[in-house]
Amino acid sequence: MSADDERDVRPATSSGSSRRSFLRGGAAALGGAALALGGRSAWDAAQATEAPAAPPADADGRATVPFRGPHQAGVDTPPQSFAAFVALDLADGVDRDALIRLMGIWTDDVDRLAAGKAGLTDTEPELAQVPARLTVTLGYGPAVFTAAGLEDRRPSWLRPLPAFDVDRLEDRWNDGDLILQVCADDEVTVSHAVRLLVKEARTFTTVRWVQRGFRRAPGTTKPGTTMRNLMGQVDGTRNVDTGVDPGLVWHTDAAGGWLAGGTSMVVRRIAMNLDTWDELDRAGREQAVGRRLADGSPLTGTAEHDEPDLEAKGPNGLDVINPIAHIRRARTENAAERFLRRAYNYDDAPGPGELSASGLVFVTFQADVDRQFVPVQRKLDEADLLNIWTTPIGSAVFAVPPGARDGEYLGQALLEA
Amino acid sequence: MHTVRTRTARTLAPLTALALTAALAGCASDAEAGADDAGTEQPEQHMQADALSVTDPWVKAVDEGMTSAFGTLVNDSDTDVVVTSAQTDVAGMVELHEVVTDDSGSMTMQEKDGGFVVPAGGEHELAPGGDHVMLMDLTGPIEPGVDVSITLVTEDGSELEVTAPARSFSGAQEEYDPESEMDEMDHEDMDHSDHEEDSDS
Repeated sequence: MSADDERDVRPATSSGSSRRSFLRGGAAALGGAALALGGRSAWDAAQATEAPAAPPADADGRATVPFRGPHQAGVDTPPQSFAAFVALDLADGVDRDALIRLMGIWTDDVDRLAAGKAGLTDTEPELAQVPARLTVTLGYGPAVFTAAGLEDRRPSWLRPLPAFDVDRLEDRWNDGDLILQVCADDEVTVSHAVRLLVKEARTFTTVRWVQRGFRRAPGTTKPGTTMRNLMGQVDGTRNVDTGVDPGLVWHTDAAGGWLAGGTSMVVRRIAMNLDTWDELDRAGREQAVGRRLADGSPLTGTAEHDEPDLEAKGPNGLDVINPIAHIRRARTENAAERFLRRAYNYDDAPGPGELSASGLVFVTFQADVDRQFVPVQRKLDEADLLNIWTTPIGSAVFAVPPGARDGEYLGQALLEA
Repeated sequence: MHTVRTRTARTLAPLTALALTAALAGCASDAEAGADDAGTEQPEQHMQADALSVTDPWVKAVDEGMTSAFGTLVNDSDTDVVVTSAQTDVAGMVELHEVVTDDSGSMTMQEKDGGFVVPAGGEHELAPGGDHVMLMDLTGPIEPGVDVSITLVTEDGSELEVTAPARSFSGAQEEYDPESEMDEMDHEDMDHSDHEEDSDS
């Protein structure tokens, strides 16, 4: 189609539409793509010059999340629909100088990709043109501090989580020297970013594991809707809000040292046994969690965000919320023992004889793993009805450095001793 | 990011400067363009490098031997800028190359006749599979993530220093054999001589 048609496809977005441009728009509407608006709509759109601009049809693809700032993006960013978690191991001989070079490469890549621009050496630059709220969040495993000769800067909590009885960890999903959490509202965007970041790091790192995850696609649910996992549950109600409790996630300037503005990341791969879950009726499923499946409301309330009444008794004198229901066990009197959850579903190809291999890439961010995450996980390990159907099969902990401000590279505060 | 280093007071005639540059770089250049412009040079005139910048320069990281530098040359003046040679400390020899399809249909690299012409107000792209700055006789490995400083020399002798970060890159595999190119030129292209004195005649 001609340039005129292209311009007139979005008549509502152009301001100051004169009679002449309206006539041109009308003409295009008859023969061009604007026909989709319908004759009356096209007329209205062209007439109403003061009307708010309709979002372009590819608004989801155009949307960007700023990369530069005091914190890395992808932590308190509203979760995008798709994610890849790429754990990497450092190659032999990588030292602080090499880490600085790698950080420079990745910082430049993310800077460009997050803005919808091709990477410096991008061999598929067209794939970069849909940023779709792309964020890349970098984390360090313990080995980074060893390689850099900065053991004294390693946070005390940066180590594998203590062993839990429920764990059935498989080494193929455990640990890692580095992690890249790549999230976007488009899977092609995620794939392209992962490919570019990994191939530019090929002399520094090898890929240890990759976990991919998904939530509802853009535009399919109302913004702010709590995600559902593949067991059908509303998953993530009562999440930490960094606007209200920034200290639960971010290290503060005063105490953080190099980690000021940074956080920690726990990645747990939780397998779901959907076959045995299927044996449970809806009432049993709601008992397991303590929330209703329909809307996530506690069994003692009527809306998702109602406070559960853990004391409430049913007509039979029993607790309405089961003594070992998930929400009761995950609760703590200690307000500091909370963390930001940012999980994604996974659904892999099943093994021989299996119907599915589904679960949750359970991702949390917290200022201090030992103080916030571990106590809650211990309680769930001791007793949680959900443990019947869920099994942790992978576990990794990373330190997430602060964001890169203008002119900085990721990790600069750590690596520039 | 990019620093421009321009000669404000030139003591050398363009042709001499170009010949000297070529001699320093240890390789041949086509001096024809420089010679053509020699008579029209004005001392007060802005030097070509003033108008020149490079967007997104980069170098392919390699362990040894030779490699290439890429980026988009941008000319914000109203007259053409011609890059006639380049230098860098990391290479013993630097040439300006193009990729052409030879008689047998295969892609081959050769020195770019007349250098890279960056049109007035326009751009000239250096990219894998196309024009590029060829760095040969590398003095050591070029590791991914290091910054390589490359000086572009224009036909009026002015220079632009460019910082090109090195990146791992699988493409840009074109092998270059200066010997075979010279063999071809000996019987194909007399204008593209190895000796600037000859090309001027």
